[in-house]
Amino acid sequence: MKRSRLAFWIFFAPVFLWLFLLIVLPHLELLTMSFMGENDYGDTVWTLNNYMNFFNEPVYWYTFVRTAMFAILTTFITFLLAMPVSFYIAKLARTKVQGALMIMLLLPFWVSELVRIYGWMILLRESGVLNYFMLQLGIIDKPIEMLYNDASMIMGLVYTSMLFMIVPLVSVMESLDDSLIEAAHDLGAGSFAIWRTIILPHCKPGITSGSIVVFMLALGNYLTPNLMGGKNSLWFTEQIYNQFIASFNWNQGAAFGFLLLLLSSLIIWVGLKLTGQKLGEVAS
Amino acid sequence: MKKILVLVLMAMFAFAGAAHAETLKLLTWKGYAPQKLIDTFEKETGIKVEVTFSNNEEMIAKLRATRGAGFDLAQPSQDRISSVQEKYKIYKALDYSKIKSDLFIPSMLAAVKKNTVVKGKSYAVPFCWGTSGLIVNSDKAPEVDSWKDLLNSKYAGRVSYRLKRPILIATAFALGYDPFALYSDIPAYKAMLDKVADALIKAKPVVKNYWANGDSLLESMRSEEVFVAMAWDAGGWKLHGDNKAIDFKAPKEGALGWIDTFAIPAKAKNVDAAYKWINFIMKPENAGYFSSQEKYATASKDALKFTATSVAANFARSFPQETIDNIKWYPPVPAILERLEGKILDKVKAAN
Repeated sequence: MKRSRLAFWIFFAPVFLWLFLLIVLPHLELLTMSFMGENDYGDTVWTLNNYMNFFNEPVYWYTFVRTAMFAILTTFITFLLAMPVSFYIAKLARTKVQGALMIMLLLPFWVSELVRIYGWMILLRESGVLNYFMLQLGIIDKPIEMLYNDASMIMGLVYTSMLFMIVPLVSVMESLDDSLIEAAHDLGAGSFAIWRTIILPHCKPGITSGSIVVFMLALGNYLTPNLMGGKNSLWFTEQIYNQFIASFNWNQGAAFGFLLLLLSSLIIWVGLKLTGQKLGEVAS
Repeated sequence: MKKILVLVLMAMFAFAGAAHAETLKLLTWKGYAPQKLIDTFEKETGIKVEVTFSNNEEMIAKLRATRGAGFDLAQPSQDRISSVQEKYKIYKALDYSKIKSDLFIPSMLAAVKKNTVVKGKSYAVPFCWGTSGLIVNSDKAPEVDSWKDLLNSKYAGRVSYRLKRPILIATAFALGYDPFALYSDIPAYKAMLDKVADALIKAKPVVKNYWANGDSLLESMRSEEVFVAMAWDAGGWKLHGDNKAIDFKAPKEGALGWIDTFAIPAKAKNVDAAYKWINFIMKPENAGYFSSQEKYATASKDALKFTATSVAANFARSFPQETIDNIKWYPPVPAILERLEGKILDKVKAAN
């Protein structure tokens, strides 16, 4: 008994230290920082101002609402696209092809996000590849700017987070018994009814975990909105960055960071409630 | 046997320690430490140079996070030193006796010393200087000569600038203010910023995008997606090399002049190497090489003799004497203003 406890501590200590030193401790410092501020004389005092600023200044909560809405939209589009793709990989493709398809999904992630985004920019820009071919084929007679708007930004976000939706979906679909679908067919169910009553309910845990990951990734993304988004595309993470780096206001930045954490957790909690699930079930 | 092994190991560690070369950790802008000069410096002194690229804001944030540790030499702009030093104490006062002052243009050295004083001590020496102005494609937009043209609907969709503090200053000049004179009058400065924000928001349809890094701006100018941009002179001259129609132009309100400096972080480990690097890079032949390569003018007195003639020609073309006299040099920024400006920049970007 004593021995196994020792072993437990030996293995647990690195994990614990890692969590505590690199995650808990800095967060505690940021948390205290978010409650500090300067008064009119330049002295540091305890204050709630950093949090009040978020609600009093329309720019800040407007940006947050915008970011959250776009992140939800991204999650939804990713889900719609990932569903048929994962069904094909898990159920229809032959085993050999399955592996190849998964590798094709993984491959883009071997290069950094920055490179992938630049790739899209080369394709979409006004003097870019797509415009060049459309001009050559005579489809258009003046190049169109396809970059720097909300649509291209959403597309970039969907592209970068696709994998994180497909992987959990494929793994839940693999555990779905084919005979259920066959039986439904034999009993005369249409494909819509099969999707609605068999496949979707079975995939619920996968959908939820995929959605949580994609939502968090989109909400916390910095590069894609910054590079592909247009002139109005202020993303909440960019606002945090600006507070820390451009305005030297770490207290405000820390407060925004915690608000982002709180509000995103709230959105996920609401999402789980609405679909009637528990976080424990999804994580297992 | 064991003892011998321990001895051998210890000797090896000691030896490794001695053979481990000195390093100089340099925090600077992209292009400020050309590889050829680093190689020469390493050969001359045996000191290894490690370069980290950054910009003004990130430089300050990095040094603030470590309270001035991790780097031996930084290169902030002169206007962002004194207020930052007063507040966060991230730099060390310079020991000017260790710097060969006869390498510098005297007036420039004196100006930087004066602008970086905190409690009677100065914190920087100048390295190079340049201006923010307009880069214009004169085939497509020949009449551009003012900051106002960045807001001009005639060039809708063909304008680009960086959404940082220089555009606020430039727009203030375009609207007829003198922002530098208002630095000491915060309520007036705030009122001016509101007007600037209104103008920038109203002119949003004119802008194609807010450029975030220099290379992407150069690419947009080169592919003729953008005709008018606010950017640094060196970028304009780089483009002029490829396409004669594109060039840097100082706006009639006056280009905005900056001086980038050398400052030593508070907890620098290798201060000697830092001074060696300063004295090395300011030698006329090295500074001249840097100028020819990167197209920035330096504060080194005799560098022009070693600068390529094509680079000197850029200067003569874009900066006749009256343009130089009209340069608006950035005075030191009070910290409170940066906070106000940050809010305005967020507001402009978020606006529809």
